[in-house]
Amino acid sequence: MSVDLSQFHQVFFEESYEGLDVMESALLNIDLSNIDEETINEIFRAAHSIKGGSGTFGFMEIAGFTHVVETLLDLIRSDQFVMEPDHVDLFLRSVDCIRTMINQLESGETCDMEIADELKVAFELLLDGDQISGVSSDADVSNGGAQEENIGAKGWQIYFKPELDILRTGNDPVRMFRELSELGELSTSAVTDEIPPISSIDPEACYMAWNLTLLGGATEEQVNEVFEWVVDDSELTITPLLSGEERGEDEPEAVKVKESAATEMSKSALEPVKETVVEEPSELQISTATAAKKTMVNTPTVKKEAKTESASIRVGTDKIDDLINMVGELVITQSMLSELGKDFAIENMPKLMEGLEQLGMHTRELQENVMRIRMLPISFAFSRFPRLVHDMSKNLNKKVELVLLGETTELDKTVMERIGDPLVHLVRNSLDHGLELPEKRLELGKNETGKITLNAFHQGGNIIIQIIDDGAGLNKERILSKAIENGLVTGNEHLTDEQINDLIFLPGFSTAESVTDISGRGVGMDVVRRNIQELNGSVEVESTEGEGSIFTIRLPLTLAILDGQLINVGEQVYIFPLVSIVESIQSHDQMIHRVSGGCDVLRLRNEYIPIIRLWEVFNVKPEYETVEDGLLVIVEGDNIKVAVLVDDLLAQQQVVIKSIRENYRTVNGVSGATILGDGTVSLILDISGLIKLAGVGRDSYKKINESNDNEAA
Amino acid sequence: MNDETDSKLEEINNELSEVKADEPSDQYLTFFMGDEEFGVDILAVQEIRGWEPITPIPNAPRQVLGFTNLRGTVAPIIDLRLSFGVNESSYEGSTVVIILSVKTEREPKIMGIVVDAVSDVYNFSQSHIQPSPELAQTKQAQYVKGLGSTDEKMVILLELTEQLIADSEVVADHRQVSGNNAP
Repeated sequence: MSVDLSQFHQVFFEESYEGLDVMESALLNIDLSNIDEETINEIFRAAHSIKGGSGTFGFMEIAGFTHVVETLLDLIRSDQFVMEPDHVDLFLRSVDCIRTMINQLESGETCDMEIADELKVAFELLLDGDQISGVSSDADVSNGGAQEENIGAKGWQIYFKPELDILRTGNDPVRMFRELSELGELSTSAVTDEIPPISSIDPEACYMAWNLTLLGGATEEQVNEVFEWVVDDSELTITPLLSGEERGEDEPEAVKVKESAATEMSKSALEPVKETVVEEPSELQISTATAAKKTMVNTPTVKKEAKTESASIRVGTDKIDDLINMVGELVITQSMLSELGKDFAIENMPKLMEGLEQLGMHTRELQENVMRIRMLPISFAFSRFPRLVHDMSKNLNKKVELVLLGETTELDKTVMERIGDPLVHLVRNSLDHGLELPEKRLELGKNETGKITLNAFHQGGNIIIQIIDDGAGLNKERILSKAIENGLVTGNEHLTDEQINDLIFLPGFSTAESVTDISGRGVGMDVVRRNIQELNGSVEVESTEGEGSIFTIRLPLTLAILDGQLINVGEQVYIFPLVSIVESIQSHDQMIHRVSGGCDVLRLRNEYIPIIRLWEVFNVKPEYETVEDGLLVIVEGDNIKVAVLVDDLLAQQQVVIKSIRENYRTVNGVSGATILGDGTVSLILDISGLIKLAGVGRDSYKKINESNDNEAA
Repeated sequence: MNDETDSKLEEINNELSEVKADEPSDQYLTFFMGDEEFGVDILAVQEIRGWEPITPIPNAPRQVLGFTNLRGTVAPIIDLRLSFGVNESSYEGSTVVIILSVKTEREPKIMGIVVDAVSDVYNFSQSHIQPSPELAQTKQAQYVKGLGSTDEKMVILLELTEQLIADSEVVADHRQVSGNNAP
């Protein structure tokens, strides 16, 4: 029986990533003064599954390394080793290391063993140092059991009688024996007593039993492990072959102790399997959420690999059941309608209307539920932060408490994937620039430990994510002087506090006095804002000097649907994303200024806004060619405000976004298309693209405002 | 559209659905542009539709008429007559749109081509296809795969590519053709 194991690789990778996440969060939760046994067990189980899986699939590098990690964890579990803060870090680094290794395997590269070897040495030092006699460090799997010592047995005598169905359950004794043979010298003899006469043989059943003799230094644990998956249904006896007399009398006792520990272990190792099975239906998990985490700060050899985009998503069965129910109802309605249509009489009109109404209702419900499939709790995006804050606060010598609120708030998978990086940036920023050093905080009469709060909640069809710190807040004077220095503002304007705070989102702005490892590398808040705007969201900051700042991100729940404002130019209907619209006005003569160079500007409350005539940019025939006749929609994109001339405003409605790149190519000034109620295609406008297309760059925008300021002055 | 074209469309669409996608085919769907008869591999043809309103694409090349709604998919419609400079394009009852799946380096793209009229489905075995003669180095030559001949006539066999949507420096000016939406 041979199965192509490679088809399960992806599942193994995904489960390993999940396991690593479990390890990571458990490690971060450990209270060293009072170690919770369950937490250690949790870490151990996760490590154990990864080791088991990688062994099965032949990823010996990972199995070997994880084994060392597991060994130390086992010692901690059985209270033979005291865990210290350094060890938590060591484990965390191992988690990173395993993650990198799996990552490399996933993208088909060979594992880079440099860090693994380094960490392995560290682990082995710890293990050797705290070696208690009678407790052995398990033989290293990848080294084929080269370093066995103080083991009571020189080998094992095993009697293995599997149940008849073993082959049907996908367990192949041959594979187990092969695994055993890697632990030492193996000799087998089959017991064929129970094989029935050939006429009554079921070819798929296994009638054989085996007597195995394993020589060499394998521990009972290792032997048990081989049979781990079948032990419940099989008859299995493992008896040690004692290594002569010289070891003395206490030897069997030690073995016995170990034996009970080992059985206990195998029990607890089996537990997680059941647990996961129970848990799975109620939770949704994605592999890309973990993939995104891989780009974390401290991950060695960060590679921007081309991740397979066809990532899978785990959907709770309840959600799928709901869908099936709904489709069922849809089918019923459909058959009812077609029945009506077959022989339609006008008396049946009310019935038809009722049927159509039902159809409409079911379609809406179905749409909502399909959307729900893509929704995930934001804890997927938040879960990386405990680690990030832990590592960073250490680097910066700051004391930080991280509070996560609203972790169950759901949002679209795609939005979640793309909000990760901006969030990381904002949190780093708060940690690095926001929070003060402990001494400074004490001086200021604040709690020595700074607090960063991540809060997520829904508000009117949007999701709001806040990053709140109780640090120094934004220094308005410094921001202003920096902005003047960089030529972002002239210094003549009178800016409100909000406007000053908003300056930090402009390109080329950084107040970091020194470039640190963490922030100030030129990638600034402008990138954050741009990323969020690409998701049709917005970001704002509120700040009180000395008390902290609040960054508020507002995002649509999903990327597939957009709140749009329909407008028309001549016969064409276009759609503005509602978030980008500032206001719409009917202009009059005095408000329009013609600037040499052809660009007209609108003067609105002391602000000069360039005018874009949509009909001119898009080459369509409008109803109104002049600014005075049409309507001006003032929109903002890339931090530039422009006034777009349109004929009229139509309805506001939610539209489903369709890609135009799929069958065509990108069109400047257009971000996508949608299908309106009457079946026609309508284009969704891309504001920043439109600005570029119209040639209203930042420079000219600034120039206009400057020249007019000078005039005013 | 009149009933005659409707029934003809249905007939051809039925024929199309009979062609199995997995077996190699020598079958070509032929259509007229001007006086010439052209053919495309029938496996690339998704369906044939009548003329329907389309949404112009800003600053698109002239032959790209716009987007249409293909049961929820947004697909561009290209007037092949403009790409080939065959004749004055008019949009009347018999004007049809052939929806093709055009191979690209990545996923195939679905696009529609506008032709004067659909003709027939022909079998051209490899031996009946002659390599195209050394045509002048025109843009159109790149789409010509060969010449298929039957007893009485000759068909220009085309292999359309993504290039169709990129060709031409001429940018459509929808200001004059405001009736682009109406046949």
